[in-house]
Amino acid sequence: MLSIKNLHASVEDKEILKGLNLEVKAGEVHAIMGPNGAGKSSLASVLAGRANYEVTEGSVTLDGKDILELSPEDRAREGVFLAFQYPIEIPGVSNINFLKTAMNEIRDYRGLSPLTAKEFLQMSREKQALVEFDAKLVNRSLNEGFSGGEKKRNEIFQLAMLDPKLSILDETDSGLDIDALRIVSRGVNKLRSENNAFILITHYQRLLDHIVPDFVHVLSDGKIVKTGGKELALELEEKGYDWLK
Amino acid sequence: MENNTDTEFLESLADKEYEHGFITDIEMDILPPGLNEETVRFISAKKNEPEWMLEWRLKAYQAFLKMELPSWQNFKMPDMNFDGISYYAAPKNTPKYNSLDEVDPELLATFEKLGIPLNERKKLLGVREDGPIENENGEMVERPLVAVDAVFDSVSVATTYKDELKKHGIIFCSISEAIQDHPELVKAYIGSVVPQTDNIFAALNSAVFSDGSFVYIPKGVRCPMELSTYFRINAENTGQFERTLIIADDDAYVSYLEGCTAPQRDEHQLHAAIVEIVAHKNAEVKYSTVQNWYPGDKEGKGGVYNFVTKRGICKGENSIISWTQVETGSAITWKYPSVILQGDNSYGEFYSVAVAKGKQIADTGTKMIHLGKNTRSRIISKGISAGNGQNSYRGLVSIGPKAANARNFTQCDSMLIGDRCGAHTFPYIDAKNPTATLEHEATTSKIGEDQIFYLNARGIDTEKAVEMIVNGFAKEVLNKLPMEFAVEAQKLLAVSLEGSVG
Ligand SMILES: Nc1ncnc2c1ncn2[C@@H]1O[C@H](COP(=O)(O)OP(=O)(O)O)[C@@H](O)[C@H]1O
Ligand SMILES: [Mg+2]
Repeated sequence: MLSIKNLHASVEDKEILKGLNLEVKAGEVHAIMGPNGAGKSSLASVLAGRANYEVTEGSVTLDGKDILELSPEDRAREGVFLAFQYPIEIPGVSNINFLKTAMNEIRDYRGLSPLTAKEFLQMSREKQALVEFDAKLVNRSLNEGFSGGEKKRNEIFQLAMLDPKLSILDETDSGLDIDALRIVSRGVNKLRSENNAFILITHYQRLLDHIVPDFVHVLSDGKIVKTGGKELALELEEKGYDWLK
Repeated sequence: MENNTDTEFLESLADKEYEHGFITDIEMDILPPGLNEETVRFISAKKNEPEWMLEWRLKAYQAFLKMELPSWQNFKMPDMNFDGISYYAAPKNTPKYNSLDEVDPELLATFEKLGIPLNERKKLLGVREDGPIENENGEMVERPLVAVDAVFDSVSVATTYKDELKKHGIIFCSISEAIQDHPELVKAYIGSVVPQTDNIFAALNSAVFSDGSFVYIPKGVRCPMELSTYFRINAENTGQFERTLIIADDDAYVSYLEGCTAPQRDEHQLHAAIVEIVAHKNAEVKYSTVQNWYPGDKEGKGGVYNFVTKRGICKGENSIISWTQVETGSAITWKYPSVILQGDNSYGEFYSVAVAKGKQIADTGTKMIHLGKNTRSRIISKGISAGNGQNSYRGLVSIGPKAANARNFTQCDSMLIGDRCGAHTFPYIDAKNPTATLEHEATTSKIGEDQIFYLNARGIDTEKAVEMIVNGFAKEVLNKLPMEFAVEAQKLLAVSLEGSVG
């Protein structure tokens, strides 16, 4: 599904990603771990198309399509979803109207007619239940005054609504208490399917107890330096990252 | 994409062309430019006015001659060539129309372009405009009825739903008609809230006002529909000087909406209106404005100079006056809709969104004058600046010595789009009673690239993202508008900022 080849990217003329390779197939869950500042969020940003990152070399394709050519909104419409490490607050824009707009923009790109208000509300109720999202938050302003945990859970609710091909979760587990972590993990597990794929960026092995990955990668200094199965995460937890350098 | 592209796009949105810039080709009856006593006499005669009205105008003209342009505003006052303006322009065949079938088709086409719901036939058949309307929550609800008075250059051309309103004893007509048919009311109230000598533009308007709307709601009557006036400047080199007078008697209620547009012209056009509102005991008046005069091009050529005096008085106890304004147009906006809180326990509100983009200047705000006991006021001002726009909030909260336990809450929020625009706030307080409670909050924010990227990452393009962020910012004010106008105002905000962000 996703194929990243020799990806080099810089921000403000500083090279952050230095020849990164990654293959993700449909149905797979990949965990990416690594020290602070290694470039994990940068990878997520580059995949989502954040403007201040410049790709200097390499390629990224999604189902064979070059996504580096596309604007961020078109990548989202092609099925790339980034759950932000720090979700943004947008005062006065209701969560539900925002999602309705997002969903209809994506549908429009795919040649589908917009959902009726009724269809949309019904779907929203189903997905709220699926990911155990608090109905009160649905009508509030987008992330405004949400706690850290509520913001992260809202990302998962959006993920459930938009049903992307490829989801990248950037430290979604950070700042969650153990109950919230369970709920978020349960949601992701329910959303996993043969047709989609997940990249989980995390510092903590504990997330991977709940969402069991097919592969674990270590990202260090802009490159993937080691790849293994889920047992690699345990090893990392024990030994840290220094032995890999 | 480069780092600053969002900013550039935001700025390019500010350059969006004005949508209502068409000119209607109708035979006009125009007074040549120039202002003297004869001009005043001509207008009064043209309208067949009684002697007392002419006397009143002439007094205002004498006051005007002695007055000077204000100098306290946060911009350089442009040269006002009062002699270069034509003070009267009317479509030829000025008689009032009894039905829309009699109206010049060109004029009707104009109204159609303006989106004015002026369809008499539907009304006669008892059919509501365009069926139900979708509200904020995606629910379909019944579209509210709106009665419209349309003022085209200097004259009122059509007022709808008149007969239905009459059944309730409500008077809704042009001010010219009111002078003929209800002179006792006009005489009693005109100039009672905005004195002729209030400021030079008020004096000018009092001397040469051409038309405008008049509303009287009798004791105990809740007006069953929105009342609305659309103003349109069309003729070249003309000023528009309309005058609106709204009187709500004891226990009455009315919601009134004003909308306006003007064609694109290279020359500046002066609009100097007056609105006076009187709310008696327990009465409530809601006055909403969606102002979309031509703002000029992006170099600042042309555009309407909007120098307007709007004031209401809460005369009786427990009365309420509420101003809501969405100001997107005009090259210069200079207006401070105010409330004199005379009756005990009376309440005044001012909710405003003002956009200044391109070379636009908005200097707007309010005055809340607390005179009675337990009077309360609330000010919510949202300024949006883009391009080279300069947006100033100017407000006065004055607490008189007898206004025991008066309260005011003021909130001024500014949003900046791009790096070349400015936001300024000038809140003044004058408290002469120690029991007053005054609260003030202010914020300034920039539309951030982070916000835009977040929405992009959900499949929403940048233009729509800005529209959402701006409408979210203005939401508290937009929610105050009658529903169907809230929808229009949202679109207008979006259109006026299209091209401001990069
Ligand atoms: N906008 C930026 N400008 C300059 N440096 C940046 C910017 N964003 C990230 N960086 C740098 O890129 C490196 C990688 O950061 P990041 O991708 O956030 O790491 P991680 O998510 O793995 O902790 C860090 O050295 C960080 O300081
Ligand atoms: Mg990170």
